[in-house]
Amino acid sequence: MGLSFAATFAERNLDVSFEMRTGETLAVLGPNGAGKSTVLSLLAGLLTPTTGCAELDGAVLFDVGGSGRTLTEPRERGISLLAQDALLFPHLSALENVAFGPRSRGVPRTAARAAAHKWLERVGVAELAHRRPHQLSGGQAQRVALARALAVEPSLLLLDEPLAALDVSVTPAMRLLLREVLQERTAVIVTHDPLDAFLLADRVLVLEGGRIVESGPTAEVLTRPVTAFGARLAGLNLVQGRRTRTGFAGGNGIEVPLADRLPEGTALVLAVRPAAIGVSLSGHPGADAAVVSAEIDDVEHRGDLVRIHAAGLAADVAPADAVAHGLVPGLAVDLRIRHGDVTVYPTRREEQESGRSTAGSGR
Amino acid sequence: MIRMRLLTRGRRLLLLPAAVLVVLGVSACGADGAPGDDATGDSDGGSITVFAAASLKEPFTALAEQFEDAHPGAEVTLNFAGSSDLATQLVEGAPADVFASADESTMESVRRAELLDGEPITFATNTLQLAVPPDNPAGIASLDDAARPGVKTVVCAVQVPCGAAAARVEEATDVELTPVSEESSVTDVLGKVSSGEADAGLVYVTDVRAAGEAVLGIALPEAADVVNSYPIAALTGSQESGAARDFVDFVVGDDGRAVLEAAGFGAP
Amino acid sequence: MELTAVRLPRWVLVLAAVGALFVVLPLVAMALRVDWPHFVPLVTSESARAALLLSLRTSLAATALCVVFGVPMALVLARTSFRGQRILRSLVLLPLVLPPVVGGIALLYTFGRRGLLGGTLETLGVDIAFSTTAVVLSQAFVALPFLVLSLEGALRTVGTRYEAVGATLGASRWTVLRRVTLPLVLPALVSGAVLSFARALGEFGATLTFAGSLEGTTRTLPLEIYLQRETDPDAAVALSLILVVVAILVVGAAHRVRPLGGPATARPPAPAVRRAAGAP
Repeated sequence: MGLSFAATFAERNLDVSFEMRTGETLAVLGPNGAGKSTVLSLLAGLLTPTTGCAELDGAVLFDVGGSGRTLTEPRERGISLLAQDALLFPHLSALENVAFGPRSRGVPRTAARAAAHKWLERVGVAELAHRRPHQLSGGQAQRVALARALAVEPSLLLLDEPLAALDVSVTPAMRLLLREVLQERTAVIVTHDPLDAFLLADRVLVLEGGRIVESGPTAEVLTRPVTAFGARLAGLNLVQGRRTRTGFAGGNGIEVPLADRLPEGTALVLAVRPAAIGVSLSGHPGADAAVVSAEIDDVEHRGDLVRIHAAGLAADVAPADAVAHGLVPGLAVDLRIRHGDVTVYPTRREEQESGRSTAGSGR
Repeated sequence: MIRMRLLTRGRRLLLLPAAVLVVLGVSACGADGAPGDDATGDSDGGSITVFAAASLKEPFTALAEQFEDAHPGAEVTLNFAGSSDLATQLVEGAPADVFASADESTMESVRRAELLDGEPITFATNTLQLAVPPDNPAGIASLDDAARPGVKTVVCAVQVPCGAAAARVEEATDVELTPVSEESSVTDVLGKVSSGEADAGLVYVTDVRAAGEAVLGIALPEAADVVNSYPIAALTGSQESGAARDFVDFVVGDDGRAVLEAAGFGAP
Repeated sequence: MELTAVRLPRWVLVLAAVGALFVVLPLVAMALRVDWPHFVPLVTSESARAALLLSLRTSLAATALCVVFGVPMALVLARTSFRGQRILRSLVLLPLVLPPVVGGIALLYTFGRRGLLGGTLETLGVDIAFSTTAVVLSQAFVALPFLVLSLEGALRTVGTRYEAVGATLGASRWTVLRRVTLPLVLPALVSGAVLSFARALGEFGATLTFAGSLEGTTRTLPLEIYLQRETDPDAAVALSLILVVVAILVVGAAHRVRPLGGPATARPPAPAVRRAAGAP
């Protein structure tokens, strides 16, 4: 059981096929215009493929171009969609928005409202039940929209850049919420952000020009990118590690204190930008920074900056500094990472191999 | 040359766009045929404007042509509309040299405004007829037929001259019509009849004649006594009072008589 | 940051003022001509009351017809695409630019006794000639484009994204239409209906040509005004003023209908106060 999808869409020169197991979350990555959203629209039934066939849990979503032509109406697919914009119905309250799906499926009014309440509570905005959409902030609206998408208990949840339109101050909380609700749920998420893929998805599919150019388990694709886009995606340093008593301990020796309440041993991932890592010949750990000592693996000249690879991390330094410190492969250096520049999240699956650091080359 | 001006409804409303045009530096003049405009130099001639009842359109168009032929250099501009429209325009200051009305009360309103140069002269009469569609589907032969229940008869509203005449016919013949519509003009009555929408319409003999094949006229001997008189008069505001009086004389004279008779008008 | 008013070239202001005067001055001129001491008796005469009531009744009925047929038409034009759609749209909007008399003639040849459908209607026992129904048909004919136009525009502006969401949430087509599409365009529907009503109220040419003129049956207020003008200009002016007032109320009402979703937030920011020290 699960999803099987194979379709072409001539208008966008799209030709994609993939399969998913029930309970799996798939991240679809790719540059603008690669056809990511088209895949979602084909799944949701908002677009009709030129040819192709898709089945969800044994039910045909579409079968076009072969002998017959089967098209299941969007409402009968059991697929709900959360887009970049919340698209809450402006004339309905938050509660009525969430109750819309159950009501449309014939649930009596009071039962639908009760279910809507439950879902609003689940996404943490129960107190906003009676607000109209224009009285909600972007983050609140997106939470309500998530509740609305979940309230119909979909067999497949589609998320189209659900965090892209949100203020940066609310994305971490929303990302954690998504992570929670996507556990054990079959979902396809379209995103630009490798962090989303890392935290939310079991598998990644990279689209370019309407074709799948890479696919596989998230960690694999993001650590060993074989295409330029995959490499760009991996521009962020992602370090896998575990929760210790005091904080985060990464496989490459990095330690960062944390104030969360996660149990010891929880699998975590730390993200830090190459530009936020300082490189020196002898760094001092301080109250506000972590230091990783390592030998330089590689030095990459990239125009107006130099990228140093060491301990699985990428660090960007100014060319003048690189020359002044004589940074060459084999040299022992200290990488200094300020605590304020890192982001740490629990990873999606416990079974994901831990202790491995990931670093990309190029952005 | 005959110029017909477009029906001007309420001259006052026209003043504002004219003012706008002036502001824009565009001249709105010249179209009105100001005196002396392309005149031939013949002292005989003069440009006059004649306001005439709509029912006079055909005979007056012919008469103006004949008048211009007989008076070299003369130029007649004709303006046809409902008599009361024209009277309103005159009282509001519209420039004209001659007024020919379809009834005496309208002429009277112009006279009360002291716009008449001399006494009005009755130059024609008109009586009513029943107009029916060419195939006469309701088989109308008399006024009584038009009053039958189920027959769709259309008349003019009493507010307009043909309606007032219709009311007098009803009174004189003691026939009570129950019209399905009381139209604002003869044209509307004829339109309803010629389209077959109505079975019969009460209009002037001359209207039936002018409508040609579109309708069939049923003579009403019993209505012969109800006569509408058409008066004509020169106006005091005229710049060409000589030419204006000449035109009046021409219409009441033998030439005018012949043309009017051909159009179905009765003698005064 | 300080906002300053957008400066326009002076000649634009002058022309705008002339244009505004061109519209307003005739109304003022008419109001000045009203015989105020006799205003009330003039507008409450039996024929005037009959005409006003008939106008209101028929305009309401015509508006209802416009809604019943105009909403589906707008939906089809905005949400589907088919061959000849552009032509169809142009045809639907034709009554906007046609002289009403032409509309009347066209209706006559359609619903008249000898019209295209006249025979059929007659056998069905429907007699439209010279009836109030004919008035309603004339009014609906000229008013329909207003509703279709305003609603189609709103439907295109709103787009299909909300409808798509509704469909993925399991709503049937009818539910999407009823609970998503129509509520979203409700303001446009209301203002379109109001404009249709106003247009129906002002209908003259088509009614005169097609329906005739009989007190209480087909003589609407504009026809009454036209007729009164023959003998009683004062009454005509007084009644005209009534129509002007109704029109102003209706247009005002149409403009008060706000789009959904933003009372306070949708408003533009209040203009900043200009510095007193600045140039005039």
